[in-house]
Amino acid sequence: MKSWLTTTDHKRIGLLYFWTAFGFFLIGGLEALIIRAQLARPAGLGVSAETFNQLFTMHGTTMVFLALMPLSAAFFNFIIPLQIGARDVAFPRLNAFSYWVFLLGGLFLNASFIAGPLFGADRLSVAPDAGWFGYANLTSRQFSPGPNVDFWLLGLQILGIASLAAGFNFIVTILNMRAPGLRMLRLPVFTWMTLVTQFLVITAFPVITVALVLLMFDRFFGTHFFVPAYGGDPILWQHLFWMFGHPEVYILILPAMGIVSEVLPTFSRKPLFGYTVIVYSGVVIAFLGWSVWSHHMFSTGLGPIADSVFAGTTMLIAIPTGVKIFNWIGTLWGGQIRFTTSLLFALAFIAMFIIGGLSGVTHASAPSDLQQTDTYYVVAHIHYVLFGGTILGLFSGIYYWWPKMTGRMLSEPLGKWHFWLTLIGMNLAFFPMHFSGLLGMPRRIYTYSPDLGVAGFNLASTIGAFIIGMATLIFFWNLLRTRSRPVDAPADPWGGATLEWAVPSPPPVYNFTVIPTVESRMPLWQTERHPPMTPLPERPPAPIHVPGGSWWPMFTAIGLPIMAIGALSHLIPVVLAGAAVVIVGIYRWAFEPFEM
Amino acid sequence: MAQVTHGHHTSMGLESRKMAFWAFIGSECLLFGSLISTYLVYKGRSLNGPYPHEILNIPFTSFSTFDLLMSSLAMVLALAAVQRGDMKQGKLWLLITALLGLVFLGGQFWEFSHFVHEGLGLTTNLFGSTFYVLTGTHGAHVTVGVIWLLTLWIQAMRGKLGPANALTVEITGLYWHFVDVVWIVIFTVVYLIQ
Amino acid sequence: MPLVLAALLLLLTACSGPFPQSVFAPRSDFSTDLDGLFKNIFWWAVGVFVIVETLLLIAIARFRARPGAAAPKPVHGHTALEIGWTLAPALILVFIAVPTMREIFATAGQAPDGALRVEVIGHQWWWEYRYPTLNISAYNELHIPVRAPIQLEMTSADVIHSFWVPRLGGKRDLIQGRTNRIAFRADSAGEYWGQCAEFCGASHANMRIRVIVQTDSTFQGWVDQQRAAPQAPAKGSPAEAGQQVFRRSPCIGCHTITGIAQGKVGPDLSHVGGRATIAGALFPNTTETLHHWIMNAPSLKPGALMPPQNLSPQDLDAVVAYLQSLK
Repeated sequence: MKSWLTTTDHKRIGLLYFWTAFGFFLIGGLEALIIRAQLARPAGLGVSAETFNQLFTMHGTTMVFLALMPLSAAFFNFIIPLQIGARDVAFPRLNAFSYWVFLLGGLFLNASFIAGPLFGADRLSVAPDAGWFGYANLTSRQFSPGPNVDFWLLGLQILGIASLAAGFNFIVTILNMRAPGLRMLRLPVFTWMTLVTQFLVITAFPVITVALVLLMFDRFFGTHFFVPAYGGDPILWQHLFWMFGHPEVYILILPAMGIVSEVLPTFSRKPLFGYTVIVYSGVVIAFLGWSVWSHHMFSTGLGPIADSVFAGTTMLIAIPTGVKIFNWIGTLWGGQIRFTTSLLFALAFIAMFIIGGLSGVTHASAPSDLQQTDTYYVVAHIHYVLFGGTILGLFSGIYYWWPKMTGRMLSEPLGKWHFWLTLIGMNLAFFPMHFSGLLGMPRRIYTYSPDLGVAGFNLASTIGAFIIGMATLIFFWNLLRTRSRPVDAPADPWGGATLEWAVPSPPPVYNFTVIPTVESRMPLWQTERHPPMTPLPERPPAPIHVPGGSWWPMFTAIGLPIMAIGALSHLIPVVLAGAAVVIVGIYRWAFEPFEM
Repeated sequence: MAQVTHGHHTSMGLESRKMAFWAFIGSECLLFGSLISTYLVYKGRSLNGPYPHEILNIPFTSFSTFDLLMSSLAMVLALAAVQRGDMKQGKLWLLITALLGLVFLGGQFWEFSHFVHEGLGLTTNLFGSTFYVLTGTHGAHVTVGVIWLLTLWIQAMRGKLGPANALTVEITGLYWHFVDVVWIVIFTVVYLIQ
Repeated sequence: MPLVLAALLLLLTACSGPFPQSVFAPRSDFSTDLDGLFKNIFWWAVGVFVIVETLLLIAIARFRARPGAAAPKPVHGHTALEIGWTLAPALILVFIAVPTMREIFATAGQAPDGALRVEVIGHQWWWEYRYPTLNISAYNELHIPVRAPIQLEMTSADVIHSFWVPRLGGKRDLIQGRTNRIAFRADSAGEYWGQCAEFCGASHANMRIRVIVQTDSTFQGWVDQQRAAPQAPAKGSPAEAGQQVFRRSPCIGCHTITGIAQGKVGPDLSHVGGRATIAGALFPNTTETLHHWIMNAPSLKPGALMPPQNLSPQDLDAVVAYLQSLK
């Protein structure tokens, strides 16, 4: 147990991220099911408006920050060092710190569900309730007097620190710790997409940090950054939020695109088609992603010139995105395709992402978007790209890399059930939302008029959501049941091309007995110019020093929620105590002897 | 600091901690950029005074700026000394850098008290809010830098800092110079261009 | 296959029913323009969808692994294809971008001179409409003349709201401190439904919109009615008793009735009896709904600022009669 609390091993940290994120995914899913149960009928289920507003706020916040990003992080952690031929990441203790901060931030945010009594509220839950995007000036103290929004803005600041730390860590790891011969354009695409994602993280998160700090000052110290009566502009919040928010959606999708770019070649037995184009298009998407943010604001009255510019840039970004899709199909074309569960999810990713991407193009046209924005049509779009895209991609990765991470194979029959139920469920849940939206149903409403004619579509969506729920339980069962199976997965169950398949499943603590020299993009495959890499020796030629664990990352991390609790309760001594914990932690960490 | 560097080979030829720090500086550029943008967006939109032209004291702040620039010079000298093993000079210049930083902070503190006395508080108007949050964030960064420098100085006084730790001092220098550059931008945008 | 059938079934159920808030039944120049633009983009999207999904399905079907087959040819890319499938989407996007830019400027919200100006002020969770050139105000139900150019000038008294009546056009937000504009001409008389489309707190779902488009003469009649002083209740009538109750109740703190009360927190009730709906166009204006609303508004509309009222049954009946008399 202690070894898990002090671990700095990227593989263990990856597993910690996985299980924690999966737990939050289930919570976010439960929130979704209650929302869908409420919306199945116009009259609803009796979920109050206040509770509903908390549910959709927490569903969005949980899924984005506590489930999707950390599930990707699970793979960054476990797989990247293996793919680049390294023994660990550049800063193992910083890596552990990121995980603990994430866990504590997620717990802090969810504690709001039961913190009501502590704040004298008349209900148990004071969970955030102003939407995952927290638009000003609804979030001002005047219109959101309770602690709900405070939990949100403090929780997100904590989580931001975790993401930033991980961002710095992985950028340095990928740039600086590659095995000999592993030039940048030989890197696996998953590693490339991770690198691009981390650059987006370290540039986008400071912007939302500033937005949250300004909101915090308004709510705690009486400033008027977003208070119109004193000259503040609620639109400034939207600009700051979406300057973060748009790169954030690329942070969410690029890793899944990276996963799919690994899975398709393996199960087609062909190299990735257009490797360089796929890599460069990822980089282009990251740059262009900074130029489109106000397409979330087409109804705010930006003016025709701004509307035109952002419509244009948004359409432009569809090009590198589409190009990737064609290259993936090109990978399958002429291959010898094996339909494992992992591959099925990758195929579904492509099929669903096309739909989400196309509805995105309809949003890009600013005037047309005026009939779509803030309706269920957008909800359809985001779920096709985030569920049909990111989540299906993550499932593909889980089935692909589970043997490597745990040494056990997941059950293929259960996997197929999971796959088909998920595919049917998600389409039944989200496709009708295109209609609900265009028939006049706005977002974020806890009830709707029976006269709108959208009850049937809502019922279908609810049934679909529950099918997804069942599928996810089957998947959960699949994961759990491997824990009692023998650790007998081969090093390379799929015939993969990249370095993670050259080590045992699971890898020994030092990863590689000998760091290989890499000569091609597909080191384990026979290519036109290179034979497959010689297998690594079974035992290391000399003892390999592996750094021990450390208490200081976790210790330092604990200071952050303490500071947040102090802020929440307006108790300065508690804030200072938390800061002291952080400072002491940093000092002990800095002076601790820790050899790489 | 006690982390032992083995002169690890790195793929880009740059020390990992230095690379991480440059990434951190890039990130901080976005942080300060957002705060400066907020200042600029709200410039001229305060509904009541005091207004910048009534209250900002350019001569005084020019002196603060000069002080910070000199502290960067001291930092350069400190690093050079540590790199060549001259720990006597190294300790001296580290201390001077920290002291000049403290002078800057003292100046900020004096300036803010004066402004408050003149009626410009955090919540008085948009100028007050954006000004204090921007310069306050910068001041917090300077404070962290001063603590960091004093920590190094104490280490040096205990004989635990030497040429082997030159990288640590170099990174400290990077941080310090960055904080100085941010101040130049703030000084220009807030004080000089009104 | 099951997916396609499910989709078709849904479509079939969709094609029935009136769908009062559908974007597919445009009744103004603004909404017709948007409908045309959407259809343009939609068919391009369908085309791309069919082509790309078909290619994917062909790839899946044709290239399944066959036992004993030779290893596939290791193709790494194809420059001509890359150029082709970069340029083709770019070209399609040009066909989408040009009409888009044109429509952006055409629908920017500036109505021609002489348009009927209506100031829209959003409140949590009701709508205020002021007609500066006609010297009247209306609440929750917007009346406009058919085929006349209308200029909506919109702002908020509190948080961000969004005015959305799909059949009459796209939405624009109401933001305190700013004025956003919508310009349109309604094609045909009738009643059009909408609702607030920007999350604005507890009863966002309950902030509904009714727009009544009328012929010129009917509209003029309505204007005259709004201009007139609120009807004085007949002597000895239940309405008169209700007026007394109103005068001595907390109602006067929040509501205006010209000549009787000057409250500014809630909607002006001078002509509430003439409205088809109450409570932010949420309920039909009937005796029963008025009773429930006055007794306990927050129970019907979470977060409503109107507190439950402590009226005796007779007083309540009287007040309802009074309000109903205010045509």
